Amino acid sequence: MEPASRLDHNYELTIKDFPYIIRWRDDRCKRCGRCTAVCPMLSIEPAVVVQRAVRSEGLTPEPKVVRKTVSVVRQTSDIGRYCTGCGTCTLVCPNDAIEPEYNPQHKFIFHKNRGGHPYRRGGRRNDPQPGTLDRLKFTRISMLTDPALDAGRHEFRIRTYLGRILPPDELPLKVVNGRLDVDKTLTDFIPPVREIYPVMIGSMSIGALSPTMWEGLAMGITYLNEVEGMPVVMCSGEGGMPARLLKSRFMKYFILQIASGYFGWDEIVRAIPHMVEDPCAIEIKYGQGAKPGDGGLLMAHKVLKLISEIRGVPMGVDLPSPPTHQTKYSIEESVAKMIQSMSMAWGFRVPVYPKISGSRTARAVLNNLVRNPFASALSIDGEDGGTGAAYNVSMDKMGHPIASNLRECYLDLVKQGKQNELPLIASGGVGKKGNLAANSAALFMLGASAVSIGKYIMQAAAGCLGDEYNRCNVCNIGKCPRGITTQDPKLYRRLDPDNVAERVVEVFKSLDVELKKIFAPMGRSTELPIGMSDGISADDPAVAERLEISYAC
Amino acid sequence: MCRLSAITSSEYISPMENILALETMKEGHDGSGMGLLLKNLGGEFEELKDYPILSGICSKDGLHALDSYMDNLGFQLKYTWTPKIKPVKGVERRDYYFARAYEYPDAFREKGIEEREALLMSTRIALRKMGEGDESIIVFSFYPDIIALKEVGDPLQLGEFFGLDTSTLKAKIILAQGRQNTNYAINLYACHPFFIQGYGSMTNGENTAFIPIREFLTSRGFPGYMGYNSDSEVFTHILHYTCRRLGYPLTYYKDIITPLKTSEIETRPDSEATEFLKISLRPLCIDGPNCVIGFTPDGTCFMVQDSKKLRPGVVGGVKGKFALMSEECGLDRAIPDRERSNDIFPMKYDMVVVSPGAEEVKVWNQLQGWTTTMS
Repeated sequence: MEPASRLDHNYELTIKDFPYIIRWRDDRCKRCGRCTAVCPMLSIEPAVVVQRAVRSEGLTPEPKVVRKTVSVVRQTSDIGRYCTGCGTCTLVCPNDAIEPEYNPQHKFIFHKNRGGHPYRRGGRRNDPQPGTLDRLKFTRISMLTDPALDAGRHEFRIRTYLGRILPPDELPLKVVNGRLDVDKTLTDFIPPVREIYPVMIGSMSIGALSPTMWEGLAMGITYLNEVEGMPVVMCSGEGGMPARLLKSRFMKYFILQIASGYFGWDEIVRAIPHMVEDPCAIEIKYGQGAKPGDGGLLMAHKVLKLISEIRGVPMGVDLPSPPTHQTKYSIEESVAKMIQSMSMAWGFRVPVYPKISGSRTARAVLNNLVRNPFASALSIDGEDGGTGAAYNVSMDKMGHPIASNLRECYLDLVKQGKQNELPLIASGGVGKKGNLAANSAALFMLGASAVSIGKYIMQAAAGCLGDEYNRCNVCNIGKCPRGITTQDPKLYRRLDPDNVAERVVEVFKSLDVELKKIFAPMGRSTELPIGMSDGISADDPAVAERLEISYAC
Repeated sequence: MCRLSAITSSEYISPMENILALETMKEGHDGSGMGLLLKNLGGEFEELKDYPILSGICSKDGLHALDSYMDNLGFQLKYTWTPKIKPVKGVERRDYYFARAYEYPDAFREKGIEEREALLMSTRIALRKMGEGDESIIVFSFYPDIIALKEVGDPLQLGEFFGLDTSTLKAKIILAQGRQNTNYAINLYACHPFFIQGYGSMTNGENTAFIPIREFLTSRGFPGYMGYNSDSEVFTHILHYTCRRLGYPLTYYKDIITPLKTSEIETRPDSEATEFLKISLRPLCIDGPNCVIGFTPDGTCFMVQDSKKLRPGVVGGVKGKFALMSEECGLDRAIPDRERSNDIFPMKYDMVVVSPGAEEVKVWNQLQGWTTTMS
């Protein structure tokens, strides 16, 4: 009898178990080898097989069996090298001979924990269903008594404020000869406020992003500010910024992020005396929507020379940020002290605000901030946000959708009469289905003062391949086939920063037009429709009830 | 779209003047109601300037409840005015229309104006809430020298219904609105003009930013900021909030509801303060389409436009009598013998201000300041 060990194939996987199956066409393939060379996961490999063929060469049929050795492209069934469906092979194939196909019957998640290591990845939540934001429509359209504004002709001012806003009865004003003057005798603290474009690029670090991607984004927003007159800002993410940039006049377009790892902050602190411009704001990261309650991680293979210099760490080591600011006792203490010290570092001239994950505890944080006069805003990142590296279980199953989380926070502020004092910044799945303007406008109407985007801009400006079917999503291993989230020069040279910058500008200019097309028929032009909740309806009564908006079917 | 007619005069005038002006603008309202707000009262009320006047509508039961409530508070009825109702087809008569002057309760006779005003407002709110369920008590105002009269129907028919052509009811400032219902249900409380603590206003248009403004006002902790059966009531409350609660000069009402761009603010001598207002009072910004006509406690009348100038509005007249109208034909009816070339059509930056007693007209421009006068 055969030994059991040779009969037992139960620990091997078939290609059908994988989320993507490579469709390779023998007849079209010219064996150039480009697909196998470019595959970031090494999921396909050249192989040699012996094929049996029946042939007849004479005048009369005389079938003969021949065996010949041929080279093929084979998909591996090694789960460590699974096909992510990125489709880079298709991109490089000269003859359309290869493409990955999604396999809805896959059993990948049952097996991707070999060695006791849970499945880790980057990217987005694996949920192809439309989020709540895509279930909202703008239903209050001006018609007869109230004609719509003209998006093309009327003047629009799509701007928002970042920073703590003093309530009107606390303004340092006095009436002198029928005119309001600022009362200079008062020495009360006046918080700094910035006027910015209401859609900002969220925190993605130099390190998580490739140098070309980050440079492209930075150039894009600079162009938007200086040429197009659109004050779009972006957040640095954790890990600091190049010293030259810190000391440049461009600093005002950036929000510096400090997270629990404090990476890059030695360099930043050293640069403060040499800064010619204050940063737009400081964001203190406490959580991230894609993996709430989890820390950050920049893996060793991404920590190359440039990154190690910016972050002030050795090359080639893992850089984990803990899930909490370890030097502080509690979130309340941490928030208060961090905000205070960051404000002080820039002479109280820069807005400082925390970023938290969408969570049922968000209101507790919010109320804590409401009582802190130095807190400038609250950024809430919902569960549909993306990340460079996380455990799959965290990404798929942890977190709170942004729509209801933001709404309850806003209504909480309304109850206290503080709705204009502490701006709420919302993010997490904005533009998940491509509807960036509609999703952003819906969030404004639910109460957001500004919106942060990450995945959308990567997808739109650099052609990120990832999706909610676990396509690609290998931002964590430094093998990004587009060159967006990698530090490998061979990969990031695929991305031209000028093209990224151009796309960033295109995205924001078209977003601006689309926002006008939404705001104009609703009669809003001078200010953002923040909290204009009568403007939207949900197609689900339960959603409508939860968000305290109307239901339309 | 509603039509508005406001007349301010140094002499006492009849509300019929406003109603006839509204009639010339008839195509603009659908007869879904008319509101009148009279200030600086003449006739029998001329002698009662110090006494608060409660104006509204009651059912028979409501009147008993109202009397008993006012008695309990210690208000003593001094004088009652009721219109001589002349039945008119299309206007459904209610039991009792009234403007009643009261003597303050004993405990308030020596008290300051602020305490008295607080009492009047809380009484008005309490009465309103008492009658809200069954419409047994509808109260529009409770304040010295102010009467509000409202009903569903065509303005001219309502003038006849209330017998205003023969009535002694006169005033020096009268605001009237002929309604085009934009609030889905016909609700008397939704009828302009609105009034709170000396400030009155009416609006020609629809307020697209109603919800954030309502949320902002109701969260100020001031009990008078309530009701809002109409999206336009907030304009009166913004006016009250600006001038009374914050203590700003009237011109800043314009800067609050239609803030300038930062580049425009920089040209103003009070740029620093104006920028503060723009940021801190952001939720009160309107985008229109709105033309607001109103008055302040001292008798100043004004007209102000939204930042796109999407609604018509004209001011004109002669010294001693000026009219602020939706349309020129209304002005022609109210003050035909004026110098028409002096008519003012305020644009997006302008606020037309008519001084108390209809002495002179000034135009406040957000960029240029006071630029034009007519006196």
